[in-house]
Amino acid sequence: MSETKTKKQPVSDRRKFILNMARGAGLATMGGFIWSAYVDEVTASSLMLRPPGAIKEHDFLKTCIKCGLCVEACPYDTLLLAKPGDNKPLGTPYFVPREIACYMCPTIPCVPVCPTGALDEKSVTTDGKLDINSAEMGVAVVDHSSCIAFWGIQCDACYRACPLLGKAITIEYSKNERTGKHAFMKPVVQSDVCTGCGLCERACVTEKAAIFVLPREVALGRAGDHYIKGWDKNDEKRLENATSKTTTTEISKKSAVDSLNDSKGLY
Amino acid sequence: MATLWNNYRYLILRRVTQIGLMLLYFGANAWGWKILMGNLSSSKILSIVPMSDPYAALQMLAAGAALATDLLIGVGVATLFYMLIGGRAFCSWVCPINIITDSANFLRRKLQIDRAQGFRQPATRNMRYWILALSLIISAIMGVAAFEFVSPISMVHRGIVFGLGFGWAAMLIIFLFDLFVLKDGWCGHVCPLGGFYSLLGSFSLIRVLHSQEKCTLCMKCKTVCPEHQVLYMIGKESLSVTSGECTNCARCIEVCDDDALGFSIRKLAKNKKMGE
Repeated sequence: MSETKTKKQPVSDRRKFILNMARGAGLATMGGFIWSAYVDEVTASSLMLRPPGAIKEHDFLKTCIKCGLCVEACPYDTLLLAKPGDNKPLGTPYFVPREIACYMCPTIPCVPVCPTGALDEKSVTTDGKLDINSAEMGVAVVDHSSCIAFWGIQCDACYRACPLLGKAITIEYSKNERTGKHAFMKPVVQSDVCTGCGLCERACVTEKAAIFVLPREVALGRAGDHYIKGWDKNDEKRLENATSKTTTTEISKKSAVDSLNDSKGLY
Repeated sequence: MATLWNNYRYLILRRVTQIGLMLLYFGANAWGWKILMGNLSSSKILSIVPMSDPYAALQMLAAGAALATDLLIGVGVATLFYMLIGGRAFCSWVCPINIITDSANFLRRKLQIDRAQGFRQPATRNMRYWILALSLIISAIMGVAAFEFVSPISMVHRGIVFGLGFGWAAMLIIFLFDLFVLKDGWCGHVCPLGGFYSLLGSFSLIRVLHSQEKCTLCMKCKTVCPEHQVLYMIGKESLSVTSGECTNCARCIEVCDDDALGFSIRKLAKNKKMGE
């Protein structure tokens, strides 16, 4: 090597080390971001109906180990594990009520088998006993425009299919002004009772179900701390831990009345 | 027939174990068998003994999940089991991906792709440890078990038990990667689960032992070994294979015509003296 003077200088060990470190860091950053972006995408779907007793979706995604023991415990083959291509968070359990709804087994076999607590036994226990009626898998929502009961045609398929008959779905009677002699019998979902089992969605007679189950987080609103049922003693409890935030702007420095009487600023 | 058995006994046993386990899992879901329920992420043996993937639990911990008692027991059982029989025994005796990568490697040898590509491997086998570390960092940042959402291993064993979906694409990708891109690519370079079990298996008791005096330097063992760097002592010294990267697949033992390799219980004292 010493006789023929090479143009290329041999790379020093120090340079090699630094370059290798830089290369490793660069590749890790690149891979890390691609990986993170992918994970972020695949966990984004929020329209999944989870088995009974499932903890909050955000915690569920990190706690579920994707073993499928709940799926195997389900005697009705209701539960499925998300496959590649389902466009759902991979390997996590869900169900599609229109295909197979949850039949609300009183023994809830799918919950106690969960090894990680992603399905929480406590959340479906009342007074020390398993109670499937306290499950919150989702909530049924009625599309008034496609529900034929809202057209005035008599149909109570969802009402009859409901395992909490007369409690989770009630029928609201009103006069059909179009005919003048018939009644509307409209299904109304009581969201505080409904478990989201989906038997109503399964039973719905329309081509695409007019009553369907959505995750509670998606379907339900929240009144917040600014409104209260003044006639309901229990509702006041809701505001016990409310925090208030006061915004101070130029105009609210004085009391509201002063600000209204002050006409100077207007001209 | 006897030589056939002698040359393939461990390979046959491994395939029987791999396929048998998958069959038991499949039976649990399809026909309600109670022998082995769940899948490789977490299972229940005879409805009593839990067994859970310790690497998945580690990611969950990094993601900030509360680990339930059942899970911790399951992780304990799996960890103890693989610490005793060799961490990467999971890779060669249980993991279904092993069948895919072994086939790719077999075809690679038959087609002499190595010769065509040149033996120089463009990637380091330490990559898996970096990916292992990265998976924990991403789990912590994203708040979900990061590898579990991309793991082709999970896609395949879950797919076999609960329905494959597009999981076949993951299988094909790994096969083609190992066949055309990188020798021992997935299992020997990329897979962080293999990396995890390598670390765990550094303590295992069952190890391959080489006796140098019998060796005729045919190097068949190194040709078939998916982690050939662990066989550095072949023909040089009588040593047991202490690297955790050895998968205890025993292919080296059965291809050796000179009986220079065999399983042994690791001599802890001896290895301590030599300081690895």
